[in-house]
Amino acid sequence: MKILVPIKRVIDYNVKVRVKADNTDVDLANVKMSINPFCEIAVEEAVRLKESGVATEIVVVSIGNKSCQEQLRTALALGADRAIQIDTEEKLESINIAKLLQKVVEEEQPQLVILGKQSIDSDNNQTGQMLAALTGMPQGTFASKVSVDGDKVNVTREVDSGLQTIALSLPAIVTTDLRLNEPRYAKLPDIMKAKRKPLEVKSAADFGIDLTSRSNVIKVTAPAQRQAGIVVSSVDELVEKLKNEAKVIS
Amino acid sequence: MSILVFAEHDNKSLKADTLKTVAAAQAIGGDIHILVAGSNCSDVVNEAAKVNGVSKVLVADNAAYEHQLAENISLLVTELAADYDHILTTALTTGKNFMPRVAALLDVAQISDIIGVESADTFVRPIYAGNAIATVQSLDSKKVITVRSTGFDAVATDGSAEVITLDSVQDAGTSAHVNDEVSESERPDLGAAGIVISGGRGMQNGENFTLLEGIADKLGAAIGASRAAVDAGFVPNDMQVGQTGKIVAPDLYIAVGISGAIQHLAGMKDSKVIVAINKDPDAPIFQVADYGLVADLFDALPELESKL
Repeated sequence: MKILVPIKRVIDYNVKVRVKADNTDVDLANVKMSINPFCEIAVEEAVRLKESGVATEIVVVSIGNKSCQEQLRTALALGADRAIQIDTEEKLESINIAKLLQKVVEEEQPQLVILGKQSIDSDNNQTGQMLAALTGMPQGTFASKVSVDGDKVNVTREVDSGLQTIALSLPAIVTTDLRLNEPRYAKLPDIMKAKRKPLEVKSAADFGIDLTSRSNVIKVTAPAQRQAGIVVSSVDELVEKLKNEAKVIS
Repeated sequence: MSILVFAEHDNKSLKADTLKTVAAAQAIGGDIHILVAGSNCSDVVNEAAKVNGVSKVLVADNAAYEHQLAENISLLVTELAADYDHILTTALTTGKNFMPRVAALLDVAQISDIIGVESADTFVRPIYAGNAIATVQSLDSKKVITVRSTGFDAVATDGSAEVITLDSVQDAGTSAHVNDEVSESERPDLGAAGIVISGGRGMQNGENFTLLEGIADKLGAAIGASRAAVDAGFVPNDMQVGQTGKIVAPDLYIAVGISGAIQHLAGMKDSKVIVAINKDPDAPIFQVADYGLVADLFDALPELESKL
């Protein structure tokens, strides 16, 4: 079985995000960038499926400028077999990313596509579901357990009320939640080996897709800051304040 | 303009969040219809018909919709979409699951997690875990939107809408429901509770969450947790409050043994009053708390319970 794992380069989750003074975007100059944490879990899950003999090949793909090759190399070091960079300088919306990935799916014919459920920059939570719709595949989103069983995959999903398990016909799309697995660290020999693994570059413009933006970002602002309140000295004082000052308990 | 709102429910009752999504629809302005898709969901239909500001309730009651599988629901909503300018659902796990499929089938973008409506085509949404707020103008002819319910106040429920039964059945046949493991709780739903008390890594283990239960029972509160507590295996993920868990904005949020990582703050910082109990006076949670108590939670919690 071939598994396709689309990944995204995003601001590292430890970086404190600052909004630019002109309110056009957040400031990404000279900040640490990493593979999106949910995408890293997707790569790890694919590698585990290969280690257990279910998968035979793992292809990772990322859409962005040359800098996202860094994250593709990381994925190769973690165990992916080959990588595709779809080159563009544009910041594409999920629908257009999904359309490009649809073309990759048509070309690569994977049995399983594993993606992160959302990226921690735009927080959209859309691409996997959109790709599923465009390819006509079923989807198991927010997965905490994935088990392939013949021509089906069972996916346990993290939903508001607890866990839901569904069975999907392959080929299928899975999007990862945080508890699916704990990604490994790449070992130095694997990092060295990853430099020699194949990385193909394609131009987004060559796919023949209209990638026109569907929205205008009018402004990006910093959120209203909460003011720190007071430190109370005792449980008694806390209860008194909640009753008489905040009036949130009786 | 006409607006379709997808109702969140469990076939038994309408989730209160839908009342907030209807409020977002009212802010956009237009003729508002609610879609109830489920199986044996007549109680939900009766509730939906009472939601203020709604003129029609569309009912798709069929076994194919019982578990609201994304493949089937997205086909149903896409079929109905021709009659609407805006299609809204609540940004809970059901809506987040099927709605992007609808957008892709309609060949439009989706605006996720809106917390404000500027006009019929311009919306406000948090990005970067709420560390930035984007105002976005949609250029698509149809707007497909998920609504973060903490951004809107629920509408009242003394209306009377016309109920229309749909006979269309959409079954993609590519997915099947296997089972649910539902966390049973007598306490209020995290997303709907007026008071939430959450524990973090400082709780040390799952058993110690019983210290929160006594307080929750006295206050009628829901119990939540930080990602650290979930990842450590103390409690299940459906209790997680944060960027990737539930977003809550209760009247009172009590954070116990939670340091206050930005990912946690993203899920609770719109609460009206925040209380933090932590033994580390430098914990970032104190920077957003209205009332901070620097204390060992194992002393403070039993005392708090006894004094409520």
